[in-house]
Amino acid sequence: MLDSLYGYWLPPDISTHGYQVDRLINVIHWFMGAIFVGWGIFFTYCLIRFRARPGHRASHQLPKAKASKWSEVCVAAFEAVLLIGFSMPVWAQIKNEFPTEEQKPLHLRIVAEQFAWNFHYPGADGEFGRTAPELMAADNLIGLDYDDPAAADDLVTNNDLRIPVDRPIICDLTSKDVIHSFWIPVMRIKQDVIPGMKIPIWFQATQTGDYQVACAQLCGNNHYNMKGDLTVYSAAEFEAWYADMAGGDDEEEEEEDE
Amino acid sequence: MSGEHDHELGFWRKYVFSIDHKVIGIQYTITALLFLLFGFTLMMVMRFQLAYPGTEIPFLAKIFGEGNMPGGLMLPEFYNQLGAMHGTIMVFLGVVPLAVGGFGNYVMPLQIGAPDMAFPRLNMASYWVYFLGGVIMLGSFFLPSGAAQSGWTSYPPLSNINPGQTAWLFGMVFLITSSLLGSVNFIVTIIQLRAEGLTFFRLPFFVWAQLVTAFLLLLAFPPLEAAGVLQLMDRLAGTSFFMPSGLVVSNQVLDIAGEGNPLLWQHLFWFLAHPEVYVLILPAMGIVAEILANNTRKPLWGYRSLVYATIFLGFMSFIVWAHHMFMTGMGTTMSAFFQTTTMIISVPSVIILTAMVISLWGASIRYTVPMLFAIAFLPMFAIGGLTGLPLGLTASDIHLHDTYYVIGHFHFVVAPGTLMALFGGIYYWFPKVTGRLMNNMLGKLHFWGTLIFMNVVFMPMFLQGMHSVSRRLYDQTVYEHGKDVQDLTIASSWGAWCLGIAQIPFIINFFASIFAGKKVGSNPWDATTLEWAAPSPPPHGNFETEPVVYRGPYEYSPPEDPTGFSPQNKAPA
Amino acid sequence: MSSAEIKYIDKPHPLTGVTNAKLGIWLFLASEVMLFGALFSAYVLLRVGATSWPRGSDELNVPLATLNTIVLITSSVTMVMSWASLKLDNFGKFRRYMGMTIALSLAFLVIKTFEYTPKFSHYEVFLNDKTSVRGHLGEKHEDHILFTPDPEKDGEHAGVHPEEMRIERSDIRRLTNFGPRHSNFFALYFTLTGLHGLHIIGGIVVNTWLMFPGSAMWKTQRERFTGRVECAGLYWHFVDLVWIFLFPLLYLL
Ligand code: HEM
Ligand SMILES: [Cu+2]
Ligand SMILES: [Cu+2]
Repeated sequence: MLDSLYGYWLPPDISTHGYQVDRLINVIHWFMGAIFVGWGIFFTYCLIRFRARPGHRASHQLPKAKASKWSEVCVAAFEAVLLIGFSMPVWAQIKNEFPTEEQKPLHLRIVAEQFAWNFHYPGADGEFGRTAPELMAADNLIGLDYDDPAAADDLVTNNDLRIPVDRPIICDLTSKDVIHSFWIPVMRIKQDVIPGMKIPIWFQATQTGDYQVACAQLCGNNHYNMKGDLTVYSAAEFEAWYADMAGGDDEEEEEEDE
Repeated sequence: MSGEHDHELGFWRKYVFSIDHKVIGIQYTITALLFLLFGFTLMMVMRFQLAYPGTEIPFLAKIFGEGNMPGGLMLPEFYNQLGAMHGTIMVFLGVVPLAVGGFGNYVMPLQIGAPDMAFPRLNMASYWVYFLGGVIMLGSFFLPSGAAQSGWTSYPPLSNINPGQTAWLFGMVFLITSSLLGSVNFIVTIIQLRAEGLTFFRLPFFVWAQLVTAFLLLLAFPPLEAAGVLQLMDRLAGTSFFMPSGLVVSNQVLDIAGEGNPLLWQHLFWFLAHPEVYVLILPAMGIVAEILANNTRKPLWGYRSLVYATIFLGFMSFIVWAHHMFMTGMGTTMSAFFQTTTMIISVPSVIILTAMVISLWGASIRYTVPMLFAIAFLPMFAIGGLTGLPLGLTASDIHLHDTYYVIGHFHFVVAPGTLMALFGGIYYWFPKVTGRLMNNMLGKLHFWGTLIFMNVVFMPMFLQGMHSVSRRLYDQTVYEHGKDVQDLTIASSWGAWCLGIAQIPFIINFFASIFAGKKVGSNPWDATTLEWAAPSPPPHGNFETEPVVYRGPYEYSPPEDPTGFSPQNKAPA
Repeated sequence: MSSAEIKYIDKPHPLTGVTNAKLGIWLFLASEVMLFGALFSAYVLLRVGATSWPRGSDELNVPLATLNTIVLITSSVTMVMSWASLKLDNFGKFRRYMGMTIALSLAFLVIKTFEYTPKFSHYEVFLNDKTSVRGHLGEKHEDHILFTPDPEKDGEHAGVHPEEMRIERSDIRRLTNFGPRHSNFFALYFTLTGLHGLHIIGGIVVNTWLMFPGSAMWKTQRERFTGRVECAGLYWHFVDLVWIFLFPLLYLL
């Protein structure tokens, strides 16, 4: 179902901010192409015109080549535009302009481990239960403290991320063991997950469908297989699923997902 | 090969524990070429798993052992070992020792008219320490824990808990020590032992490149050494410099003090490893400049700006390291700084490339084999450099970081780029070392095969990366997007195997020419720099009389000289 | 052998004003600065990121370290004297001062050993209730350990030696001696002083060589030998200087 989505260039983009990333990538590649072609024409011309042949002698005189200074200045100027006009604003938006609570974002905790993604939903109360490393076990992968009242309706899924479309998602990324990198190619979001750090990210999907979550940082033998499923639901579908899951027994849910 | 004059030295002192820079240069060259071949072989094996995941090749089980490849099926941990060792071997045991230890050692003292390096014994020590480092790295494959498997970047905490890392660290300590000894020696030699009249601005560009490289090695390696010491402590003494509190591996809380910082390693590592990429590229640029000037038969355009650009590049390379860490949760201020420095550092690279291309203008280009390689270097390096731009800007790096795009980018710099230049250097200086030329036909065959297949190997990687395929994947087809571009992977793999075949003419040429190449005089290329003023091969002590320099390095086709070129040591009429 | 010899081995280069060896040692020291600079940065980064950091003077033996500082500074002085004696053509005095330098360096190492050893037999037990006890480990059993806590430093029970007590394994979160694995503070302490100690040992080897077999050169090439001693001296002052940084950083701050 996915293969038709992916061409030979960038994968489809289903995020609100991703078009800016794509735009920058495309602009840079046009720019690179232009430089390379222009440069290549000059280069090839020189190789042919100035080949050694009888009667042709190299000149000791060096060309003035004012044009080269200008081309260098132009390249530098264009880089400055890319930097200030394209790159920095996107980064500032991604890093600093988190959705506000008025936009009713869905909060998630993402706990990476060798070699799986655990997704921790707060449930109806909107509050995450306490977690602790000592409590982590094969049947409690994120170490949720079930004595904490806030944990009662929490939902934990394994390699199965389901989110509503058109609603901001804010996630806190943590890792149990080594560095992973949380990557949803179609969402144009990538963030290293570093043990000992809690790193917030946000994104918002614009299309429903089934996609994949990848790990982009070598994290051990099964790194290649550390993939998760991403399902983008419509708001109603999501609410239905969420209510169903969070209401039920979440331990059972976890096993079902393994 | 050298030292017909010193009969008093025995075989061991003359060829094995020699203190002659030329013998050491040859030792470095041969050892590094073997390591390059080995690192490449590892990659050819890996490329099979990538192209045809899960296919068994029973005879490989015999070579690599049932433990690594049961029934000929490569295990992920073995794949990761090969990957980490490919990177380590190529960078630290292949390219740098060839470019600096080999070419630098052999050519630089000759080009500055010195009888040897400033500290010949230290020079021998750096070779043997390098050799030991290589033995440890190779030997690590045979340890029960296997070789390192956390990538050449060895990010903790993974590298703290993975097997094989300790041997890697010990190996690195040796390699770092060797580099430090070497770089002190290079700098002192270049500063102190230049021939009379050889001022700094009369130095061949290759020597400048070696000088800046030596400074980079001298100042950038110690932080990696520090990081290595800290990681050794983590692994052997139970400290937790790189491990935060509350680490849980396989649902067991680790018994460590915690409070460490995984990013500390990355900072220390990249503080070395970014300058390291200039260590990989600068000597190559130096070689290309020599070959270009010689075969265009005219002076290099913008010699001074080349030199200034190189020095500036050297300085800047110390303040761009965190562009490798944009995805670690960096805020806007830090990323703004490192993006800006990264854009700035691209300017001197552009200047260097421009100067080299403009040098072609008004030339009379001889298409010799070394020249072919030098010319091919230019567009290949251009591709490598340009594709660095989207990686140096945070917004585009979001998508491209840690994908095959990165692999394509830096390989265009180091493989079709640096390796091409190094091959060119071998063809260029071979007659100096042996007194014989390498075969032209085989050389051209080697050139075209290498150029074409390099591109077949690495071009598809850009598209794979665009297409979201992560690097260091044992099997990309587990992802839908990986399945999509599996045909590119297969093409790239066949490219790699053909690239291997394309090296056969080189290997034949190299060995056959030592014995049967066409004999030539001391200056077969009509070159101007001092190494060609010494006999081929140069005797112990290099020059028959101490050379005196009267002019700049590239006085080709001067109107006043009917021979068409004025060597640096030719007395003015 | 053909004509040319390597120049500027004993005489300085007319333009740079230094011999090869001296330029070489300065470059080497530059790389050493980068090595210790990186480690000091690591110290700063880890300390800034730490939830708590002990005061060096509470944990480490300041009197011994002060003694060592004096020993090391004195050795730098004798090192200079040994070089100056060569300058004054007094080989006998050179040997005497060099011998003193080596003896002082060995003394440094011995004192260091006295500082290190007790750390390895002194333990801390971190309990599950977030408290910890320091003391000496007695017998270890399957389910419990016997432990003699340290006497309290102040308060009403100051100086009273507590009885050996029993601690259940199930109550213990972590049991460690005061070696490098205790905490980042001790990890840095042992790594930095250990690496510095290795530099001291390196210096001892070089100086001993210069004092005995290496000094044969004094008869043939005086200037070159004096140059070597000077270089060894530069290295030694650097090692001394590193200690001058380490001492306040680890023991006082
Ligand atoms: C010429 C033949 C070469 C081929 C076919 C080749 C191919 C590759 C491939 C496919 C990878 C990615 C492996 C993965 O993602 O799992 C890789 C990684 C790498 N290569 Fe090469 N390479 C070549 C030469 C070089 C050279 C000359 C250098 C360096 C000077 C080099 C340095 C590296 C490094 C540093 C890595 C990263 C290793 C890691 O992930 O830890 N390679 N190479
Ligand atoms: Cu992972
Ligand atoms: Cu870099």
